[in-house]
Amino acid sequence: MNFIRKSGGRWAAALALAFAALPAAAEDAAASINPINTGDTAWVLVSAALVLMMTPALAFFYGGLVRRKNMLSVLMQCFAVMGLVTVQWVVLGYSLSFGPSLKGLIGDLSWAGLAGVGTAPNPDYAGTIPHQAFMIYQCMFAVITPGLILGAFAERMKFSGYVLFSLLWTTLVYDPVAHWVWGVGGFIRSWGALDFAGGAVVHVNAGAAALAAALFLGKRRGYPAQMSPPHNLPLAVLGAGLLWFGWFGFNGGSALGSGALATTAFVNTHIAAATAGLVWAILDMLANRHATMLGTITGAVAGLVAITPAAGFVTPLGAMGIGVTVALICFGSVMYLKPKFGYDDSLDAFGVHGVGGFWGALATGLWATKAVNPAGADGLFYGGTGLFLVQLKATLVTAVYSFVVSWALLKLTDLLVGLRVSDTDERIGLDLTQHRESAYTLID
Amino acid sequence: MKYIVAIIQPDKLDDVLAALEAKEIHMVTVSNVMGRGRQKGISEVYRSHKEGGSLLKKTKLEIAVNEEFVQPTMEAIQKSALTGNVGDGKIFVLDLGQVMRIRTAETGRLAIG
Repeated sequence: MNFIRKSGGRWAAALALAFAALPAAAEDAAASINPINTGDTAWVLVSAALVLMMTPALAFFYGGLVRRKNMLSVLMQCFAVMGLVTVQWVVLGYSLSFGPSLKGLIGDLSWAGLAGVGTAPNPDYAGTIPHQAFMIYQCMFAVITPGLILGAFAERMKFSGYVLFSLLWTTLVYDPVAHWVWGVGGFIRSWGALDFAGGAVVHVNAGAAALAAALFLGKRRGYPAQMSPPHNLPLAVLGAGLLWFGWFGFNGGSALGSGALATTAFVNTHIAAATAGLVWAILDMLANRHATMLGTITGAVAGLVAITPAAGFVTPLGAMGIGVTVALICFGSVMYLKPKFGYDDSLDAFGVHGVGGFWGALATGLWATKAVNPAGADGLFYGGTGLFLVQLKATLVTAVYSFVVSWALLKLTDLLVGLRVSDTDERIGLDLTQHRESAYTLID
Repeated sequence: MKYIVAIIQPDKLDDVLAALEAKEIHMVTVSNVMGRGRQKGISEVYRSHKEGGSLLKKTKLEIAVNEEFVQPTMEAIQKSALTGNVGDGKIFVLDLGQVMRIRTAETGRLAIG
C-alpha cells in the first residue's frame, strides 16, 4: 500500500474520465473527475469538530465528579492531551496508525510529519473526502482516548507522570491498536472483526488501561470511607450532555460520508444512549429507591460506549437492545464488581468504558445484520455464528495487549518521573500542588 | 461551658475530625474561611498561593463543649493539625453563656452533648 501508487492510479482514472467527457463543457469535466464530495467532506469536518469537543466535554464530566481541590487537574489533563496527542499525531502517530503496514502490526513512518497526506483523497480509507479530512478526524479519536483513562487515576497522579504516560501510551498502545483494527493490512481488520467507530480501539483499549492504572496506583487516601461526593454534579451533567452531542460526530462521522450509513449510525447512537440512561435510572430506583442524576448520565454514557462498535451495523431495535443490556451490565460492574474487588477506579473509566466497550463489541456480534449494512456481517441473532467469536477474540486481544503494555508503561513512568503525588500533595489537592491554581475562590 | 474555635490547614481536616472522633467529640461545625496570620498571607512552606488580597484558605471548626472536654479537645486538635509549618493555625477557647437545643428546648450541659 503506498500512497504514490494510489495517487498515480487516481490520475490515470482522472485522465480517462477527462477524455470520455471531452465534448462536455470544461466545468462539467472538472466536476466529474474530482472525487471529492462536498457533502461528505462537510460532514466529516463537522464530525471532527464534534469529536474534538468531546474531550473538553469529558473534562467537565470527570471534573464535576472529583473534589473541588482537584477540578483544574482534570481539566488540565484533558486539555494537555489535546496539545500533546495532536503534536504526536502529526509527527508520527498518524503514520503509525494508518501508514503502510509492517506485517499488519503497525504502520511504517512514511507518512511521518504528514508527508504525502494532502488534500487528494486516499481511497483506501475514504475515497470522497480529502485525505487530511480523514487524518484530522482520526486525530480527534487519538486525543480523547488517553483522556478517557484518567478517570481511573483522577485525584492522585502527578502531572509530569501523566504527560509522559499519555505520550508513551498513545505511541505504543493506541497507535498500534488503531492500526490492527482500522489500518489497511491491520491483522484484526483482516479477521473480519467489526468496529464501526472505535469500540475496541477507543473504549476497550482505554478501559483496560484504566484498570491497569487503578490497580497500579492504588486507592486514593481515605477511599472509600472518607470520600466527598462529586463537587459539582451540574458540570458533570453538562459534560455528559456535550459528550452525547459530540458522539453523533464520533459515530455518525465514522461513516466517513454523509448519507444512509451516517444516518443509521446517528439514529442508533441516540437510541442506545436514551435507552441506557433510562434503564440505569430505573435500576437506581430499584436498587436505591431513587433515580439519580449521576446514575442517569452514567447510563447514557454507557449506552454511547456500547453502541460505538455497532452503530453502523444494527437496527434501531438492536440499538435499543444494546442500550438495555449495557445498562444492566455496567450498573452491575459499578455497583457490585468495584466494591467487591476494592479497586479505586475513581470515575468508573473501566466500569463504563472497559466493561461497556467490551459488551458493545460482543453485542455487535449478536445484533449486527447485513440487512442494515451489506459491508458488515450477520450476528448470532441473524444466524451468523462466526462474527461473535471474532468479536470476542478481537476484543480480548485488544484488552490483554492494552492491559499488559499499559502496566509496563506505568512502571516505566514511575521509575522515570514518578506517578503518584506525595501524601501531603494529595491532601492539599492537585490544583494547588501540580498547577498552583485554584478552580474556585472563596471570597468574591 | 466553652466554645472552641479552631483555624486549621484545610488539608488537615480529615485528620482532625478523626482525632476528635477518637475522643468521642462528635459535634462540630466546619466552614471554609480565608485569613492571614503571622505569615501575613505571603508565603507558606508548601503553598505559595495568594488570592483575595493575600488571604489564605483555611478551615474553621467550631465546637461547644462542657468543661471536662476542653483539654481533650484542644489536645486532639493541636496534635492532629500539626505540620510544623508557619500557618498551622490557632485554637481559641471562649466562654459560652448559654446553649439551647432547638428540638427539645433543653438548655445548658444537657443541650451541648
